[in-house]
Amino acid sequence: MLSYYLKLSWLSMRRTPVLTALMVLAIGLGVGACMTMVTINYALGADPIPHKSDRLFHVQLDTWSPDEAYPNDDQLPRQLPFRDTEFLSNAGLALREAGMFPASSPILVANSQVKPFTTIGRVTDGDFFPMFDVPFRYGGPWAEEAERNQQLVTVLSRTLNDRLFGDVDSVGRSVELWGKQFTVVGVTDTWSPLPLFYDVVNKGAGYNEEDEFFVPLSLTRPLEIGISGNTSCWTSPDGDGFEAFADSECIWSTTWIELESATEEAAYEADLVSYIERQKELGRFGRPARADIKNVMDWMESENVVGDDPPMMMAIAFLFLIVCLINTVGLLLAKFLAKSGEIGLRRAVGASRRELFKQHLVEAGLIGAAGGLVGLGLSLAGLQGIRVLLHGIDRVVKMDPMLVAVAIALAVLSALAAGLYPTMRACRISPAMQLKTQ
Amino acid sequence: MLKMRDIEKVYRTDLVETHALRQFSLDVRDGEFVAVTGPSGSGKTTFLNIAGLLEAFEAGSYELDGVNVRSLDDNARSRLRNEKIGFIFQSFNLIPDLNVFDNVDVPLRYRRFNAAERKRRIDHALERVGLASRAGHYPAELSGGQQQRVAVARALAGEPRFLLADEPTGNLDSLMARSVMELLEEINASGTTIIMVTHDPQLARRASRNIHVLDGQLTDMDEAVADARAEAAIG
Repeated sequence: MLSYYLKLSWLSMRRTPVLTALMVLAIGLGVGACMTMVTINYALGADPIPHKSDRLFHVQLDTWSPDEAYPNDDQLPRQLPFRDTEFLSNAGLALREAGMFPASSPILVANSQVKPFTTIGRVTDGDFFPMFDVPFRYGGPWAEEAERNQQLVTVLSRTLNDRLFGDVDSVGRSVELWGKQFTVVGVTDTWSPLPLFYDVVNKGAGYNEEDEFFVPLSLTRPLEIGISGNTSCWTSPDGDGFEAFADSECIWSTTWIELESATEEAAYEADLVSYIERQKELGRFGRPARADIKNVMDWMESENVVGDDPPMMMAIAFLFLIVCLINTVGLLLAKFLAKSGEIGLRRAVGASRRELFKQHLVEAGLIGAAGGLVGLGLSLAGLQGIRVLLHGIDRVVKMDPMLVAVAIALAVLSALAAGLYPTMRACRISPAMQLKTQ
Repeated sequence: MLKMRDIEKVYRTDLVETHALRQFSLDVRDGEFVAVTGPSGSGKTTFLNIAGLLEAFEAGSYELDGVNVRSLDDNARSRLRNEKIGFIFQSFNLIPDLNVFDNVDVPLRYRRFNAAERKRRIDHALERVGLASRAGHYPAELSGGQQQRVAVARALAGEPRFLLADEPTGNLDSLMARSVMELLEEINASGTTIIMVTHDPQLARRASRNIHVLDGQLTDMDEAVADARAEAAIG
């Protein structure tokens, strides 16, 4: 009977094209608004590294002033002093350890027509690349030995490599950073996790951000590489110069670790507390020994990466959908009651109320499916508008097949919900009355 | 075939209570052609609607082909209507979006016949009413008489035992009315019981039995005539 009902629905829609178009448009508008907001919300709250996000942890230690707590919710500083990062990134307490901070430098290539320009990159450990599954187009990460020996090596992003060399393998070539010649050992392939979870402190959700180069963390002190990001201090460095700053209690670097499994979390935190106790003996860590590690999603949640606006906008969009559905209820009611004669006839020739209920629900569903397609088009237009308004968000906000399916399902379910009352009314039509008044 | 006993039907509004049928009793035997006459508002159509299971009634009993319809739920009533009863209406009641073939197909769809069986029945019904060549036409492309023939084919396709016709020639000119009436007689001759509501005394006379409804009560004209003749003979 389904094919019969679909045929009848199609004929019915063709019979009242304006009314049908209005209903399709109403559902389309509601679904379009909802899907635009759902897509944004979904994209912003999506897990950027789903296969291992529960094993990657951001490290926090309470290095703050003995006299007052760090002013955030859990009262643990969001970053680490550089010397703690240096220790933790080489401590061997986890499967992989990577200290990091953002840095900027003018970059130039000898004998190149490309003029020097300032670029932002990341000072980090070699573990960064396998830890975050960074894909490589050419070459690979620097060797541990190069890091230990403080060799001037770098990994370029594909974007920077294209800009400097064109899309060619630049491994082995030199680029100048901080006035020194660095040898390119690798070029990453297109890789821009969003939100940029590993540095939300400096880059927020990171819609416009991409690290264009990477250099070893071990070069920080010899090259006196300063941070290009947030620095917070509760006390002044003991002395002048970069070494004093690097050894100070100012927080400006972060450490990420990868554990074999999420169950090792408590053991690692215990190791951190042991480290704090040892540091206390050296006169540091004036507060109670507290350490915490947060996995990727917990860290983004604690940093409010998504913020309150998208969920609120989503709620408003759903309210708009409800208004559209109420309109659709009225239109469907008018449409179904206009078919009273046909309904009466069908009852007379043997259709039960249940059969008529199914027939009209199929029609409502078909209108919903058409509304879903219109809604998809409007969603794409809405997302295009959002991209124009929020430059850079286009890297994250994309409509994938699952969202397309959700849009269609939402539209059909909405139309079915809107069709329930009109359908029940249509099924209650008295056939005798209708047949006589035809 | 049809047995009604003391049927009561009342239409109620907030202000008015109208007795459409009172103490209405009727027996229709298998193969009869019964014409129902009576003035407007007398209860003819109410009787036909109750006979066709389209309306409920307040009191009395009604057996259709041995089935007491009072206790049936909507599904069972619909199934009984679909299998036993064919309807023909004054205004044809064809669905304008469906062609002739699909209009005749409507009752068969609810019977769950397969496509081949439906086609066989539709072709046969259209042949009986002489419209086999018009299967692909839409109602708007047909004359009034042809539309009523399609409605007859729709009623016949399910091969019902019982045909209810509510002023089947009311919207037709005399020529077309005669041809539809001849068709009904032919159908009756093949064994289908017919109850026809009509205002036309000429058509009523062509039925095998006439009943008259007045103020919701039944007068069997044949019995009345017989009684009158008997009285005259005695007198």
